[in-house]
Amino acid sequence: MISSFNEMYHNGTVRPPYARLEDWTKAMPAELRQMKQAEAEALFRRIGITFAVYGEGGDPDRLIPFDMFPRVFTGAEWARLERGIKQRARALNAFLVDVYGRGEIVRAGRIPAHLVYRNEAYEKAVAGFVPPKGVYSHIVGVDLVRTGPDDFFVLEDNCRTPSGVSYMLENREIMMRMFPGLFRENRIEPVDSYPQLLRRTLASVAPVKCDTEPTVVILTPGHFNSAYYEHSFLADLMGVELVEGQDLFVEGEFVWMRTTEGPRRVDVIYRRIDDAFIDPLCFRPDSMLGIPGLMDVYRSGGVSICSAPGAGVADDKAVYTHVPDMIRFYLGEEPILQNVPTWQCGKADDCAYVLENLGELVVKEVHGSGGYGMLIGPGSTAEQIAGFAARIRADPGNYIAQPTLALSTVPTFVEDGVAPRHVDLRPYCLVGERIELVPGGLTRVALKDGSLVVNSSQGGGVKDTWVLAE
Amino acid sequence: MILTVDHVTSYRYAQPVRGVVQSHRLTPSVFDGQTALDWSVSVSDGLKGGGFRDGAGDWVQGWSVPGPVSGITVTVRGTVRTQDLAGLLRGHREAIPREAYLNDTAPTRVDAALAELARSTDGASDPLDAAHRLSTAVAGAIAYKPGATRAHTTAAEALALGEGVCQDHAHALIAVARHAALPARYVSGYLMSGGDGSLGEAAHAWAEIWVQGLGWIGFDPANTCCPDDRYIRLGSGLDAQDAAPIRGTARGPAAEVLDVAVAVQAVQQ
Repeated sequence: MISSFNEMYHNGTVRPPYARLEDWTKAMPAELRQMKQAEAEALFRRIGITFAVYGEGGDPDRLIPFDMFPRVFTGAEWARLERGIKQRARALNAFLVDVYGRGEIVRAGRIPAHLVYRNEAYEKAVAGFVPPKGVYSHIVGVDLVRTGPDDFFVLEDNCRTPSGVSYMLENREIMMRMFPGLFRENRIEPVDSYPQLLRRTLASVAPVKCDTEPTVVILTPGHFNSAYYEHSFLADLMGVELVEGQDLFVEGEFVWMRTTEGPRRVDVIYRRIDDAFIDPLCFRPDSMLGIPGLMDVYRSGGVSICSAPGAGVADDKAVYTHVPDMIRFYLGEEPILQNVPTWQCGKADDCAYVLENLGELVVKEVHGSGGYGMLIGPGSTAEQIAGFAARIRADPGNYIAQPTLALSTVPTFVEDGVAPRHVDLRPYCLVGERIELVPGGLTRVALKDGSLVVNSSQGGGVKDTWVLAE
Repeated sequence: MILTVDHVTSYRYAQPVRGVVQSHRLTPSVFDGQTALDWSVSVSDGLKGGGFRDGAGDWVQGWSVPGPVSGITVTVRGTVRTQDLAGLLRGHREAIPREAYLNDTAPTRVDAALAELARSTDGASDPLDAAHRLSTAVAGAIAYKPGATRAHTTAAEALALGEGVCQDHAHALIAVARHAALPARYVSGYLMSGGDGSLGEAAHAWAEIWVQGLGWIGFDPANTCCPDDRYIRLGSGLDAQDAAPIRGTARGPAAEVLDVAVAVQAVQQ
């Protein structure tokens, strides 16, 4: 077993941000805790928030377990994370504008051409186009893990349409309802401005042909989508319409929304539909979810699409390894947040190293998600390791490997009290005319003892995430 | 040479539809080999939408026709001065890097037979020679026969059949070229046919292959030649669908009947 940084108890003492929580747990009898847990579950059910996080599939009606023990950051810790996340969001957007423009980073030999232009997510349909304010990725979800008091690593970037922000908002809402006392005793930065900041961000990237207050909508694939709840939740809080493809149509130079008072022009579309499906006249012709002709309106400045089509080329697992270099190349700065060292099995040297050290590494499929198809070396049997080695040898390009990180732990309510469990963090950075980050995010927790897999499909839960005011 | 184009496409719907939206690549490319002297595209009862030059250098123009409408007609008329550049796409501005044209699509995917055909580059003296060999090989392997294939036929299927039209020739050439690590793309345009039928349709398609030092070069396996002054280039893409001169859709369930008439003629000088 690897030893992990415990975010509450370190070197035998309680770390300051958790000081008041110690009394809180000690003062809570088991019966009260069970009652509160049942109450939280009932609240989540009533709200209807039962979707799988990050599109992991699984039973759409299953509740993601909510753990009442909050995860806490000091204001100073957060200040550094905020700078690092914003820096990353700026670099990723600069990269996107560049690779759809002159491709300077490729010409300079800092990133191989094939990683960009032969990437599945590269959309040649937007080559030569600069979206309003030079932003491709308007909501950047940066997945972070912690291994020590000052050690944070970025696991991956999500530049398309990162989901889960409704959990950040709901977890807070429910904690405030159940434990109002905690919010009086601790000075916790609010996160409830997120919907308005998101709306402001989207409005700030209105298209060039928009000369009025922009009309913003959220485009959803529909109620069968696992994140539909989040789409309708955000539309509600932002005060904008939630639409499906069939509610919108192209006429003349603009996109219009059907309303009871006749067609209304739409200026900014926050889409929760993949590129391939947004316009059958440009991408997949069999798509029933999109709006025919949308891309022509988009490219001629009649509508904005967030995230911009093509943004996915920046958040691939192979491109990820180059993000620190992007930061240096575009911003002339040193990265504030570190990448996890990554071996690409497609490279012969890397592959040899990985095969020799499988027992200590985490191996993932390049396009895998949801915690499936991965090997966590420590804790695997010799047989499992041998089996995985065979899979890597058969298709090395499909795998990357990383050192097994000792993910930090946060106290978590378990069957017989409170015990440390491993966590990660996804904050949501908003990029428009300005770059904004609400102080908080979604903390996922591996509820199984010793487990490092926080994915909800593999027994993960969620926690409220606090940032304390300085 | 000076060529005139008269291209009329009409769509009739069994029942009126709620509206039609189209995306056109129907404007001659801008490069040293051709200059549009006059050119017009019109859509019956159509509203002109947004237009822009895309990363491949093509002019893309959106159109919509508010419904209810039971039929629309797209009329393209114009005159273009052309010059024989032996297939070279000289003076063409574009933003998409050539690597992007190594990416596969379903109709251009290589099977064992196409991979074998791609081996005709073995012993080629340089990439230009390799490209010529591939074009010759495709012309030899797929005989021109209208009606043998359909719009969705893949390169692999056409090769297995041994017959096809210009679209199949272009798809097959693109597939083998990419397999040989040569960037390749589909080009749609017009062709002044010879009158003996040997040159196929006036609405034509061919392939372009990127050759180091020369840039993009057109190859027309259907006619075993490189595009010359009988050709008018409209636009390009990864495959036929991606390069289609007209992509469109009607809102409503009605069955559609399509009718196309194309005439390309040389102006007597």
